This record gives sequence, C-alpha cells and structure tokens, in this order.
Amino acid sequence: MASTTINTVTGAAKTMVLNMGPQHPSTHGVLRVVLELDGETVVKAVPEIGYLHTGIEKTCEALTYSQAITLTDRIDYLAPLSNNLAYCLAVEKLLGLEVPKRAQYIRVLLTELTRIASHLVWIGTHAIDLGAMTVFLYCFREREEVLKIFEMISGQRMMTSYFRIGGLALEPPPGYLDRIQRFVELMPSRLGEYEDLLTRNRIWLARTKGVGILTAKDAIALGVSGPMLRSTGVAYDVRKYFPYSSYDEFEFDVPTSTDGDCYSRYLLRVAEVRESLKIVRQAMVKIPPEGPIKSDAPGIVAPQREKMKIEMEALIYHFKIYTEGFSPPPGEVYQRIESPRGELGVFVASDGSPKPYRVKFRAPSFVNLQALQKLIEGRLIADVVTCIGTIDIVLGEVDR
Amino acid sequence: MAEPEELKHDPIAQRVRAWDPQAIAEVIEFRGERTLVVPKSHLRRMCEFLRDVPELGFNFLSDVTGLDRFPVEPRFELNYHLLSIPHRTTLRLRVRAHGADPVVPSVTTIWPTANWHEREIFDLFGVRFEGHPNLERLLMPQDWEGYPLRKDYPVQGYR
Repeated sequence: MASTTINTVTGAAKTMVLNMGPQHPSTHGVLRVVLELDGETVVKAVPEIGYLHTGIEKTCEALTYSQAITLTDRIDYLAPLSNNLAYCLAVEKLLGLEVPKRAQYIRVLLTELTRIASHLVWIGTHAIDLGAMTVFLYCFREREEVLKIFEMISGQRMMTSYFRIGGLALEPPPGYLDRIQRFVELMPSRLGEYEDLLTRNRIWLARTKGVGILTAKDAIALGVSGPMLRSTGVAYDVRKYFPYSSYDEFEFDVPTSTDGDCYSRYLLRVAEVRESLKIVRQAMVKIPPEGPIKSDAPGIVAPQREKMKIEMEALIYHFKIYTEGFSPPPGEVYQRIESPRGELGVFVASDGSPKPYRVKFRAPSFVNLQALQKLIEGRLIADVVTCIGTIDIVLGEVDR
Repeated sequence: MAEPEELKHDPIAQRVRAWDPQAIAEVIEFRGERTLVVPKSHLRRMCEFLRDVPELGFNFLSDVTGLDRFPVEPRFELNYHLLSIPHRTTLRLRVRAHGADPVVPSVTTIWPTANWHEREIFDLFGVRFEGHPNLERLLMPQDWEGYPLRKDYPVQGYR
C-alpha cells in the first residue's frame, strides 16, 4: 500500500504523473491508481490497494466456525450471500456434511438473486461513471426489490448471514415465493428498459466499444475469472466446471464473447442477469414446499427450539454449540464458487480445534484488478474510468 | 514416506514421477482434494512441467495461500491452487519453508497472476520470494512492523 511515489514511476522528461484516488468517485471505493501520462495517453498505471484492509482473515482465526460467517458478509458487500455460500460449503466439505436438497435449492435461488442485484449495481454505476444518470436510478430501483426480498427472508437487507453451516438460518417466511415471482415477472421488461437506454446508444458505444481489450492468453496468465474471462471467449464458469449446491440440476447457458472489450463485458453481464432469472424460475419450481432446511447433524447444527424444551440431549448440544462450537477433523479444503465477479475461493485449514486455523478468501476482484495495467496502458486517460468500472471491483473484497 | 497404496496410482502423481521421481515428496488426499508436496528446489520446474505438458495443462493459477504452523518447523506452508481449464481438473501444490530464513522461489514468470498473491504473503507472513519483480508490502503500510498473519502476532492489542 502507498508505495508508489512520484519518483518511482519511470519518469521520462516529458511525462507527467497523476494521482487518482483513493478518494475518487469512479474508483468504487478506495482504489488508488498512479498514472504516468504523456499528454493524454497513459504510459504506465500502477494500482495501489490496501486502504480498506480490515484483517478479516486474521479475525476469523479468533472466532468459531459459525461466528466467522458474519464476517464473510462484509468481504464482498454487494454479494453477501455468495460469500456466505462459499464459506459454508468449505466448512461443510471439511466436516463431510451433506445439506438437504430443499436448503440447496433455496441457496441457489438466493445466490442467483444476489448475482442479479450485484450486476444491477454494476450496470448502474458503470453507466453513471460514463455519464448516464438515468440507468443508475433505474437499476437501483430494481436492486431495492431484491434487497427487500432478502430482508423478508433473512431480516437483513445486506449483511444477511442467512446461510449457516449445515443449511439455512431459519425457515423462509410464508409468501416469499410470491414476492420473488413478482420480481421475476417484472425484471425482463426492466432489463429491456436499460438496454433501450444503453445497448445502441452512440455515446455508450463510443466510450466502451474497443476499449480495454484483453486477450484470452493474457486473461488466463493473469488469473482473471468471471465475466472478465468469459468476454475473451473462455467459457470457464465454476457452476458448470465444478457444480456445487446442485447446480448440475439446473439448465442455463454460460454467455461468452470473443471481443474482450468493455462493451462485450456489458452485454455479457446483461445476458447473465437473464440466465440468473432462468435459474431462479427453475429453483422456484424445484423447492419442495416442506422439508428440512438443516442437516441432521447433532453437535454441529443447532437443534430445533421445540426439541430443546423436551429433550435433555438437545439442550446440551445447543449449549455446547454456542459456547464451544464444533471441531472438524484436521485438514485443509479449498472450495470455489462462481460469485458475480468470478471464481470466489475459500481455503479453510483446521487443526482439530473449534476455531479455524486459517481462512483465506481468494477474492475474484483482487485477482481481476491485476489486469488493470494491461487494460489501460497506451490508452487515453478518459478510458481509465471505463476500465476500472469494467473490472467490477469491490474494494471490501480486494483488501479484505 | 508412508503413503497409502491407492495414492501411488494417482494419474497426475504417476505422470510427474515418470518425469522426475524426486519432484514429489508426498501425496495427500483429503475430502477428494489432491495435494502434492513439492521440495522447494523443484517448485519452478514442476510448475512449468504442469503448465506445459498438454495432457496435464494446468494453465490457471487460482490462488496462493500462506499458512503458519508455528511452533512446528518448517513453520510456513504455501498452497498453490492450480486449475486446468482444458481438462477440468484441480490440484494443490504445497511447499514448506523454515522460519529462520523463509525464502521460496517465485512463480511470477510462469503465472503472472502470482505477483500480487506473493506480495500479499510477503506482506502478511514475511515469506520472501526469490525472483519476484517487485516484492513490497501490498495491503499493510510500507513502514509496518511485523507480519500480521503469523501465529505469534496477536489478534488484538499491542505487540
């Protein structure tokens, strides 16, 4: 962090060094980019991160496995449920725990709604970065609907912590599917509205088409994943490659493009919202109206309230889980999922104690941000804003 | 090297051992995930081999994770999570480093994505990477003392 001073950049005689951020509205948080300019052309760009480093990985080591879930919400705060899911799946893998189908489908349903909400924020903020205010307001209107659904189900708009180890926190309230149904019916026409405003808009095309080109070779070498990688023609999607949480039972396409520019990434994310809606519709049909939402794993999953009142054993388990936690066997696992931004990996190491020995989050936007230099060097300064936006960074996730 | 019989027939480990019998110190299997423990001296050659041989094709480095086993020596453990996009397979490589002088060869020339991962591990664990183009702190301030993710670094309070 904060290492690049003005003299360390190459500094030829006619170039000028410009500092962008960390307080800059188009850096989506606290990203700092040191730009070396020759006139209006960017000669060198060095991203600087760490301004939002909160030590989440270290803090996890001091909490029990269940307590650490609340921290995962705060990593990628635009997709809290994706983080919850990755972490819970990792710990479940460590324990060798099977989750009931009903809980798996509800997890799929909610993570896809998260993807929609996250992509809506992206479309909106990317548009406002480039001067299209209206789209921003429209996108946030629809995102609010998703957040209301989250609030209805989990009691929280953003920091949901709804997925727990072994299943879900609580039974979803009656009528939640009707509410999601209303949203799913509304969304396609609203997507059409955004596309009317942007897809063939001449200013939008001029600002994004052919800008920030990434090749498949560079993208793979730089570890880029998610829509960024798929815009270069590589159809790597964790949901298809390594299905988790019953994704193999759902039918959906992975949109790809071979242009590798900012415009194709915009089209891909819009297409991904449509695919997510498709998955949400299938999940609503698949979710059984009744059934367990937590695994039957005494000592790991808290017993039902009613059981605790009549069974001594259940009461003891409840007490043990909330005072000590549970102890998975020693070992290490790495669980990857497809978050809205790309491959989100969670590495959990256990030493056989009730607290994780090490938790590491492989944050997709941390890795994708490394491609920024490739995208903007040799291009005009006006494209810098477009290229930062197209990566879809969340600084909470980059710095953790 | 007490290794279970079935792991000796692991196809990837067999392929690597056919190339260089010294390249794998140990094969570990846990929850369906395969880990190859690699001696430090073989890491770079091994990574090049895994990336370049077409039937393995581990072209994507997902992640590099540091781990501190303090007070056990060698205390540092680095886990490289590899992915082969053409073959849809995954693999974990593990390298260990002693606490007295933690130096590991850098893989930035093989996978440029390792640049920030290695800087992060240097920043938080104090493991140095030989051959890294720009080994500086990434998340913590430049003048920070200590390495926060080491186990002898407290979670709260002053050091």
